[in-house]
Amino acid sequence: MGRTMAEKVWADHLVRKGQGGEPDLIYIDLQLMHEVTSPQAFEGLRLAGRKIRHLDQVIATEDHNTPTIDIDRPIADRVSALQISTLERNCREFGVRLHPLGDADQGIVHAFAPLLGLTQPGMTIVCGDSHTSTHGAFGALAFGVGTSEVEHVLATQTLSLKPFKTMAITVRGQLKPGVSAKDVILAVIARIGTGGGQGHVLEYRGDAIRRMSMDARMTICNMSIEAGARAGMIAPDETTFAYLEGRPHAPKGAMWDQALDYWRTLPTDPDAAFDKEVILDADQLTPYVTWGTNPGQGLPIAADVPVPEKIADPAKRQAAQEAIDYMGLKPGMPIRDIAVDTVFIGSCTNGRIEDLRAAAAIMKGHHKAKNLHRVLVVPASSRVRIQAEKEGLDRIFEDFGAEWRNAGCSMCLGMNPDQLVPGERSISTSNRNFQGRQGKGGRTHLASPEVAAATAIKGTICSPADL
Amino acid sequence: MEPLSVVTGVGVPLRRSNVDTDQIIPAVFLKRVQKTGFEDALFYAWRRDPNFILNRPEYSGARILVAGPDFGIGSSREHAVWALRDYGFRVIIAPRFADIFYGNTAKNGVLAAIMPQESVELLWKLLEEDPGAEMTVDLGARTVTCADVTLPFQVDDYVRWRLMNGYDDIDLTLQHEDDIRAYERMRAERFPFKPRTLPARHMPEEPVTSARESQIDWPGPLADRGII
Repeated sequence: MGRTMAEKVWADHLVRKGQGGEPDLIYIDLQLMHEVTSPQAFEGLRLAGRKIRHLDQVIATEDHNTPTIDIDRPIADRVSALQISTLERNCREFGVRLHPLGDADQGIVHAFAPLLGLTQPGMTIVCGDSHTSTHGAFGALAFGVGTSEVEHVLATQTLSLKPFKTMAITVRGQLKPGVSAKDVILAVIARIGTGGGQGHVLEYRGDAIRRMSMDARMTICNMSIEAGARAGMIAPDETTFAYLEGRPHAPKGAMWDQALDYWRTLPTDPDAAFDKEVILDADQLTPYVTWGTNPGQGLPIAADVPVPEKIADPAKRQAAQEAIDYMGLKPGMPIRDIAVDTVFIGSCTNGRIEDLRAAAAIMKGHHKAKNLHRVLVVPASSRVRIQAEKEGLDRIFEDFGAEWRNAGCSMCLGMNPDQLVPGERSISTSNRNFQGRQGKGGRTHLASPEVAAATAIKGTICSPADL
Repeated sequence: MEPLSVVTGVGVPLRRSNVDTDQIIPAVFLKRVQKTGFEDALFYAWRRDPNFILNRPEYSGARILVAGPDFGIGSSREHAVWALRDYGFRVIIAPRFADIFYGNTAKNGVLAAIMPQESVELLWKLLEEDPGAEMTVDLGARTVTCADVTLPFQVDDYVRWRLMNGYDDIDLTLQHEDDIRAYERMRAERFPFKPRTLPARHMPEEPVTSARESQIDWPGPLADRGII
């Protein structure tokens, strides 16, 4: 019987098959690092007198804590400054390549690596960050790990892992105009739930996925973790190869041809079986927005906020009631009646150049709604920022009344000063609407860049078609 | 790592599902560069509420947390396990755990015990009837005992073996050094095209200038304007 792509990549990285209930030992091609989940790993190496096994299979950048304004001045938050300087010291001491703040390749780990061509089909990639699933868009097996595993990979270039199960998510047909990759993944999470993908690698398939650009595919794979999955993958194809060719770390010459030959063997065999299958019809999808406090609590934009009394499952009813209370919503109110204070466009989910282009195309010639406190536009990486400025997108955003910022994670998780204040409501192109995620007491609605941009014009949640 | 076999201590019924790692420890506490001392950060936002269960005196010194399904979803932050451990929890019981969180528990000598929803409901009921009651988790026997009820839980055999012996993962892996070397020889031959981060290759150099906060339209913080 044939094999799925995830099974092929697993087999090609098998160092040692586990015996009698032991996990397998899997080789890791590349580890990405940032300042938040690495200091304790470096410290662990130091205490044990261990070295990094392969310095040419690790790369670091600064993203979570970094301010998005005044990056040429000292970082005001001294704890953030210490964490960033700790990364710089560790990288110097151990010899790790680092792209620090101010470098043209600095940015969110999941944005800078693909742009450098370091993310390639068939690789195993880890990072101490759950959104490592992003890199699966290239047909890599990429997943987030904890700090102990970061240290384990630094020391051994391997991880002990139980084989993952596989789940096919097929998106048939064609998306309607105004419906984007973000809406697809929010719909998938709403369908299977925040634990629906647990233990599985999700493979996104079907016409709608094949038609997507790499930026859109990265948006989809990025949020696989929000469905509880270990990883998300999309089979490499001509779109993938065209994106990679010529990037600094892509193979060149005869190596490129050899790599292509291998990459073409990766897609799932026609007779392979998945442990689970989910099918979505692309033409049934509309823009999605979350109303609650986990990414599974999302609905089509035309829907109403749920009425907890009407939910049969007691646990779900209680969760919905708590979410509605926290979010300050009224049961049964139309989602389109929700007015927001802040719009955040950015993150490893939707901070790439195509996301910024999509938002700018909608904002062009308009001005932000009067009720809005701020519109933050934060490119995922410095290269994205440079590209956007070359295209004049920064001027569109500034004319709109938005703030154009330096690259980083920013308000996605509010480790830097870009935070919501208690009670403040955002529409955000990021990935998590957990309580307090964007700042203590903040209320987050997740949506696509298109919906966020349209909402910025109107001041209440809407899609471009509603304008 | 301290071996774990039998844990007896106060059990806390946390009647919540989808407890994400942002609730277990908010991002602001992730700026620390140490691996211990996170007890103050555990459930930071929820603990501001005086009625939150961990604030009740009966539950002081708790060692076992009983929660709803999909515990530990979201961010991969191992700080979530460090915070639970530093607070005193050695065992977390839930019907289902997020994968990364589950992996992180065992690396820090914390047991994530999987029990069916009905068992969790029963434990909640027993613990709520007798707040501050002690319960016992026996990893060898894979059982939880609370009041006069003993229930089985699930744990991966390998995880159980590691926890009971307190083994360090890196040491275990380095026993297979020969296998790793053999793989690396094969890899160099079969996959010579795999990327290396060094020597570094770049796109063209570009100057990066800092963005600045616009001072023109800035009306001041929301709170100062009486909006929030």
